[in-house]
Amino acid sequence: MSSGNAPEKLWDFHGGIHPEQNKLQSTMESSAQARLPAKLFLPLHQHIGAAAEPIVAIGDLVLKGQKIANADGYVSAPVHAPTSGKVIDIAEYPIPHPSGLSALSIVIETDGRDEWVEYKPEQDYTETNPSHLRNIIRESGVVGLGGAGFPSYIKLNPGSEKKIKTLILNGVECEPYITCDDMLMREDPQSIIAGIHIMRHALQAEECVIAIEDNKPQAYESICKAAAGIAGLRIALVPTRYPQGGEKQLVQVITGKEVPSNGLAINIGVVCHNVSTAAAIYRAIHLGQPLISRMVTITGEAVKRPRNLEVLFGTPIEELLQQCDVEPDQIERLVMGGPMMGFALHDTSLPVIKTTNCIIAATRKELGLDRPVMPCIRCGACADVCPVKLLPQQLYWHSRAKELDKAQEYDLFDCIECGCCSYVCPSNIPLVQFYRFAKGAIWTQEQEHKKSDQARERHEFRLLRIEREKQEREAKRAKKKVPRAKAAAPKAPPVDGARMGEKMRDEAMSQRDSAVDARKAEIQAAVARVQAKKNSAAPKTTDAAAKADTPAEATTPKSTSDKKDDSSAASDNNEQVQ
Amino acid sequence: MPFNTPTSPHQLAPTSITRVMMMVMLALIPGITAYVWFFGWGVVVNICIALVTALTCEALILKLRQRPVLPFLSDGSAALTAILIALTLPPLSPWWITVIGVAFAIIIAKQLYGGLGYNPFNPAMVGYVMLLISFPREMTSWIPPTALADSSLDFLETAMFILFHTLPDGVTFDALTEATPLDSLKTHLALGNTVDEVRAQLGLDEQSSRVLSVIPIFGAIGGKGWEWLGGGFLLGGLWLIYKKVISWHIPVAMIGSLLAISSLFYLIDPAHYATPMFHLFSGAVMLGAFFIATDPVTAAASNRGKIIYGCGIGIFTYVIRTWGGYPDAVAFAVLLLNMCAPLIDHYFKSSVFGHKK
Repeated sequence: MSSGNAPEKLWDFHGGIHPEQNKLQSTMESSAQARLPAKLFLPLHQHIGAAAEPIVAIGDLVLKGQKIANADGYVSAPVHAPTSGKVIDIAEYPIPHPSGLSALSIVIETDGRDEWVEYKPEQDYTETNPSHLRNIIRESGVVGLGGAGFPSYIKLNPGSEKKIKTLILNGVECEPYITCDDMLMREDPQSIIAGIHIMRHALQAEECVIAIEDNKPQAYESICKAAAGIAGLRIALVPTRYPQGGEKQLVQVITGKEVPSNGLAINIGVVCHNVSTAAAIYRAIHLGQPLISRMVTITGEAVKRPRNLEVLFGTPIEELLQQCDVEPDQIERLVMGGPMMGFALHDTSLPVIKTTNCIIAATRKELGLDRPVMPCIRCGACADVCPVKLLPQQLYWHSRAKELDKAQEYDLFDCIECGCCSYVCPSNIPLVQFYRFAKGAIWTQEQEHKKSDQARERHEFRLLRIEREKQEREAKRAKKKVPRAKAAAPKAPPVDGARMGEKMRDEAMSQRDSAVDARKAEIQAAVARVQAKKNSAAPKTTDAAAKADTPAEATTPKSTSDKKDDSSAASDNNEQVQ
Repeated sequence: MPFNTPTSPHQLAPTSITRVMMMVMLALIPGITAYVWFFGWGVVVNICIALVTALTCEALILKLRQRPVLPFLSDGSAALTAILIALTLPPLSPWWITVIGVAFAIIIAKQLYGGLGYNPFNPAMVGYVMLLISFPREMTSWIPPTALADSSLDFLETAMFILFHTLPDGVTFDALTEATPLDSLKTHLALGNTVDEVRAQLGLDEQSSRVLSVIPIFGAIGGKGWEWLGGGFLLGGLWLIYKKVISWHIPVAMIGSLLAISSLFYLIDPAHYATPMFHLFSGAVMLGAFFIATDPVTAAASNRGKIIYGCGIGIFTYVIRTWGGYPDAVAFAVLLLNMCAPLIDHYFKSSVFGHKK
């Protein structure tokens, strides 16, 4: 069918809220290029998965688009130089992360020439093998730009048996304030559509749906126009409601299916990508340009000229604030991401990274602070709005009382931390904070369990080794006694020395072999024993990540490919949560 | 300059407990208006006494418990409890009835359990039931609708009576009081009359040889005046549902179950069981369904749980009214179901997203 016409049935998800949108402010003027800063601070960890490995040294001159750090492992993404210049430092710098910690970053002093490295566009992607396409996308450092930052090439792999029914392009952008996807859809729908073609080719998806919330009529119009006449592509205008842009919620709205708990959308034949990611994929394939910049919304009441800027990664936030005429002393809180799920930054010097979709410089008035936290009156407003149908109230009581097993019984780990419950709470209880605390406590607890299990295992092995060495010593002593006794008996046939020596060596060899065999058997028995004990005493695992590296797989020779799949699934799952 | 980094969300809905309580109080206005219209100024005096008592007790205990006084006084919960108790009392109750009831509700039923949010029982109903059991004579001395009374009191006379027990010359207290329709019905059914006889004789037939009362206290569907009171509370309650301050589950379940069970018995034997409409629009059913059973602190939490909870209240109300020792039973039914709320919550959870049903 063609795009835009015949509204298809939409489904519903439970709960949700309608917070004040505050999107108009940053869409009053068209997007612009951010100014080139003097220095770029590029953290090596801008995505979900392992941090990238630097491949440049201090003092190296780099060109725009040149790879400066390699992906480290399956779930990882490389980092590229956003402009030409000189590497002046590779060290720990503060990164934009809820922890407020520092991490290894590459600092580039820009030279202002903005000189591109030689890059090669793919001539015709339809002729290219999907696996090769994925490789280009991986090498271009493309990660999910919706905010989670999961390496995109993994989500473009349908797997060997899984048939992808629906590819959903997420243009929902349900969080208040954020308008970067909105602006991109308005201003550059062609890139998005071109990227979608590549994704469909890679996934061989049956149908494709672009979902846009009805508070973005201009983006909808623009995408409809660009997508006119494309077969198998449908554009769904979905009623505005937060958190509709959450992957599981959107999959439910579009397909009516629930992504299983602990599972992935791909398990039910659906893959979900952000519209901005589609545009990045287009640039990677058609232009050969890696991911070095993104659209960022600069907004909030402290910003005099709120708008969207195309920002090079590594640009310090203060540069953007300056460009948008921020009154620094007006800022009460600086948020990266949306007001519902974004995290507060402690400083304006932090850099923009691949997952930075929005910077909110909020004033005190805007936040409406200083509301007293009152006791829970069990009104149930939180349960009414929970998109996962949890009982936030019960989770709150148990988290507060540190009854962690009870909290898990109420499916704590299904919480997506969307913040709806905290938003509606008339008592202003910071509910999400309690859940994060409980999750952290459970993770720590399981780590400790794991550690103590490993310690016990080590201890048992040690006892076994001591025992074995003792037995070996005794065996040796006994052996020594035996040859002496034999030597004493003068019945041995007269053989020449060389032959004699050979025979003794053979004998010794065979004895040692059998000893080795016995030892092997003993070790295997011990492993089996430990295994059995472990299985019976295993802590209740909470997510795929914990399952993936139970010691069972560390000690038994399971196929490594299995493990790899597991770990990727685990990280994928993390993305869902974030 | 380093900023504070509290966790998300950074945007909150413009809501607060105070706002919720204020909305509930606003929704009581139609009912209170009807109350004053049909039963005089007594209820207003009672509300004033109750408010002063509640706020004083709340402040006192908060001080003793070393809790912040102002945030909890201004949350409106104590005020709402006070108003609800005042609405359940006979309009001409002496002042000390109100004071004892409200003080008991606030101090014993609410604060001693930990204050706002921690009380297992609805404080207003605890206060009311305590009064009903301890002072049965005072608590059953209702007055008839002003239009039917031999004499009625103005605001000042009412206040004088409540505070100092003095009546204007020539007026006796007995001339002012009258049993409630529910009470009369129960008494006369127990004497062997049929519902129709009771209603007809009480209401219209003054010439009959078996005149039970000359005051027509029965109205078109419920008790005279009482049906308007119920209508007022129904109106306010519907507004609360419309404003999403309360959910429909408990009121609908409670009224629905009461309607169902009273219809069943009415159809079986209309001579000895009152009409469903009489049950709905007499006594405290409407007030209870929208304003008392919906108290979130003491009710079931999940939607399915709320339906069970509401049905329980409706059925217990009918059972106690019909076969129990008290003419009205909303308070007892609410307290009984308060006890069951944690159990209901335990067994009626919603199915979590992504888990197999």
